[in-house]
Amino acid sequence: MHKHDSLQGSLDLLVLKVLSRNPRLHGYAITTAIQARSAEVLRVEEGSLYPALHRMEEAGWIRAHWITKDNGRRVRLYELTAVGTKQLDDEETRWHALTAAVNRVLRTV
Amino acid sequence: MSFWSRLANVFRGDGLIGEIDEELRSHLEEAIEHDRDPEEAKRALGSALRLREESRDAKLIIWLDSLRADAVFGWRQLMKNKVASAAAILSLGLGIGACTSAFRLIDALLLRPLPVSEPEQLYVLARRGIGPAGKFRTSDSNEYPLFQLERAAVEGPAELIAVSYAELSDLTYGSDNEVEKATRQFVSGRMFDSFGLRPALGRLLTAADDLKPRAHPYAVLSYDYWTSRFSRDPKVIGRTFRMDDDLYQIVGVGPEEFTGTEPGTAVDIFLPTMMHPGVTHSDWSWFRTFVKLKPGVAVEPVREKLATINQAVQEERAKGFVGMPKERVENFLHQKLVMEPAATGISGMQEDYRTSLAALGALVALVLLIACANVANLMTAQAAARAREMALRVSIGAGRARLLQLVLVEAAFIGFLAAAVGFAFAWWSAPFVVSRINPPDNPARLFLPVDWRELGFGLALTFGVTLLFGIAPALRASSVQPVSALRGGDDPHAQRRLMHALIAVQTAFCFLVLFVAGLFVTTFQRLSNRPTGFSAERVLVLDTIARPAQLPVYWDQVKEKLKAVPGVETVAMAGWPLMSGTMSNNFVSINGAPPAPVLTLFLKISPGWIGAMKIPLIDGRDFRLGDTNPGVAIVNEAFSRQYFLGQNPVGKWFETAPSGVRTRFEIVGLVGDVVYQNVREPIPPQAYVPFSSINPKGIFQPIDKETIIVRTLSSNPLAIAPTLRRAIPVARPGFRVSDIRTQQQIDDAQTVRERLLESLAVFFGGVALLLAGIGLYEVLNYTVLQRRREIGIRMALGARTFDVTQYVTFEVLTTLLAGSVAGLTVGLASVHYIQSLLYQVKATDPAMLAVPSVATLVVAVLAAMPPVIRAIGVDPATTLRME
Repeated sequence: MHKHDSLQGSLDLLVLKVLSRNPRLHGYAITTAIQARSAEVLRVEEGSLYPALHRMEEAGWIRAHWITKDNGRRVRLYELTAVGTKQLDDEETRWHALTAAVNRVLRTV
Repeated sequence: MSFWSRLANVFRGDGLIGEIDEELRSHLEEAIEHDRDPEEAKRALGSALRLREESRDAKLIIWLDSLRADAVFGWRQLMKNKVASAAAILSLGLGIGACTSAFRLIDALLLRPLPVSEPEQLYVLARRGIGPAGKFRTSDSNEYPLFQLERAAVEGPAELIAVSYAELSDLTYGSDNEVEKATRQFVSGRMFDSFGLRPALGRLLTAADDLKPRAHPYAVLSYDYWTSRFSRDPKVIGRTFRMDDDLYQIVGVGPEEFTGTEPGTAVDIFLPTMMHPGVTHSDWSWFRTFVKLKPGVAVEPVREKLATINQAVQEERAKGFVGMPKERVENFLHQKLVMEPAATGISGMQEDYRTSLAALGALVALVLLIACANVANLMTAQAAARAREMALRVSIGAGRARLLQLVLVEAAFIGFLAAAVGFAFAWWSAPFVVSRINPPDNPARLFLPVDWRELGFGLALTFGVTLLFGIAPALRASSVQPVSALRGGDDPHAQRRLMHALIAVQTAFCFLVLFVAGLFVTTFQRLSNRPTGFSAERVLVLDTIARPAQLPVYWDQVKEKLKAVPGVETVAMAGWPLMSGTMSNNFVSINGAPPAPVLTLFLKISPGWIGAMKIPLIDGRDFRLGDTNPGVAIVNEAFSRQYFLGQNPVGKWFETAPSGVRTRFEIVGLVGDVVYQNVREPIPPQAYVPFSSINPKGIFQPIDKETIIVRTLSSNPLAIAPTLRRAIPVARPGFRVSDIRTQQQIDDAQTVRERLLESLAVFFGGVALLLAGIGLYEVLNYTVLQRRREIGIRMALGARTFDVTQYVTFEVLTTLLAGSVAGLTVGLASVHYIQSLLYQVKATDPAMLAVPSVATLVVAVLAAMPPVIRAIGVDPATTLRME
């Protein structure tokens, strides 16, 4: 249905990974979490985040629900599903394979 | 879950968008809370609209969403032109309904396999050749002793099953005074097992019931009869009933779906063939022979084996033919035995209605096509009006496929709404048509199941029709060129050309339907107006039975007593009523010469019958009380033409030789010709003989069955039927009435099919005409609207009323003419397919062409009137200012 180019793949991977460590994050918190964990190296393209979240939600990897915060604002929290956990494993394996391959190329050339 | 949530999201509408927007808003607020610059945060997030669209697309099924949008839009379009849409839906619905109905009938009668195991392995034996009436025919009736030989010869590879012709019979569960009627069929006991049928209750007949004549008085009821007569009472097993002179015991109930082997007739009671008096007669043909081939057995070897036996037996039989013309014997021996597939069963109704139903099916298909053309024209006109809208859609990026979808969805709306109307119509109309096939006392009983066959046909038809009327407007709409369309259209004539082509097709079909309807109407009129030679007015026909058989003198007493009943004008008797289908015939020889090869019809009558039937006595006398058979005869004019060159035959004599003994009859009277058998056929020689018969020793023969003819004084003869029914057993014990009909009912039964065809053809002819009229009106109206400016200019330049009329209608009239000629050509070319349904009607008769021509012309004028008036009323000043 949707093609997984490497960039999109890496965004999915990052989101899934962050959610596996910290369940129940809203969109903005996900961007800050990725930023913080990558020591400010990775900045999530905020424009691509929501379509990606909604796509993953429809794919059943994550689920979301609305809560009302103390200040009265409604936010949408995301968490990983069982399918998502498995997907994270797959994505991680693929990522490692990819980076290993890239590294091999870098070393040999 | 994901598919369903996406499916559900398609129909959530604005709620979905609101949710996405709220999340994005919440993101921005969160960012601002974290001390980010509002403008920068907004820029980082990007276009809210794009994000919303992207997320929305992820959250639902895109194609379904666009379909939903188109459906909403299509519905609005329909609602915008409520009257036009309703007319389109109704006319299309009528067409779809009529077609579905025709399919239901055709399927139930002709296509549906019998509910037996391996129906495709089932064949029926038939003999093909020149029949006794001198015409080529296929006869599927067989004789039991021959059947036994045939069955033994192919035992193993094939199973032979005898199944008698279903017939309505009298039976009684109690005393003889409570006689009722049921349809019975004598069948080989092994039929049930061979057909793979299982009892619903008790047992079925088996091969053990096929052994000894008159020794197996057991009956199996059909499920339908068990339901209607006994309300599915399980205690019915073991009950007895009397039929003819036998006492039968009910042993079981057949499976629900099996109603015998004759589509159109539902069997109530199955009896073993062994109980039929014909099993021991080698010259009684009274049943059909079904052949059930074992899997993998070829037809031809089995047929050859059967043909050899059949030939040997027939040759032996022919040696006993005395008094039969040589040519007839030759024909008898030259019949070929064939095996015809019988997966769909076999019945007289199939033969009678095969061509009729096909013709009706073709008629309703044409009506449906006319309706399709109408709707296509309507949509083309609308598409033309919407050309700018379409162009706009293309310019802002709508794909052509999407436009195609837009119009097709609208078409599908019309199609499926029409299908709903159509199915409701078919639900009602198919049983209605069956109920019209109703000869007195023996109406057709055709089961009309609705299952995947009917639903599949209906759906396929709806899809097909939708594509048919939707594809042309859809393609046209989707191929719109924005530039030229927005400029006002480069080829305004293109739409009109399409519409005119459809009008031509429509006219051709309409003409064809009217032409065929005219043929059917004329056929029915000719048949019902054909003089029968007797008067059926106020005549009651009482089929009367005597148990035990009674001497002629007692029958005569009963007749005399009935004359005293108030309201009775006169009473007479005959072996059976005229035109009822029963007949007796024989070869006749004059002056001791060999018999002539023309069959003469015989009927036994009482004194006074000729007068009671108002048949003109041309010369000689009626029978008297002392006249006996053999001895004297009254003949008709056809007889005198055939044997006496038209000279008066009174005082002369003729001979018959049934079973080889020459019997002499003196002709005492000459009467007019009457229709004895079939109203369609020329009248053959007829001879009447006295109903009192004596055997060669001069002893009077008792009679068990006679038809009493009562001419009443009242114009409604059935009014005194109950009185007469009661009077007969009172007149003399042992006599009772089995059936009462009017002679008129019997006469009408001969034209049931023609009446049905006539009324349906007239109905659909009317519908076709109406639809074609509406179609023509639509197109002319559209033309006038579209060319209003042009008309205005012409009028401003001095065109007069006549010129405008001519200008507006010329093109359409040419189209009409072309369509009519095409319809006529097709009609003349295809008339031979329905020739067997016509009677004394020539397709090339100018009168046959006049009706559709005049009807088409009148409707065309009526349909053209309002648009033409509107065109004439165009005010050049207003029109030109408007533009």
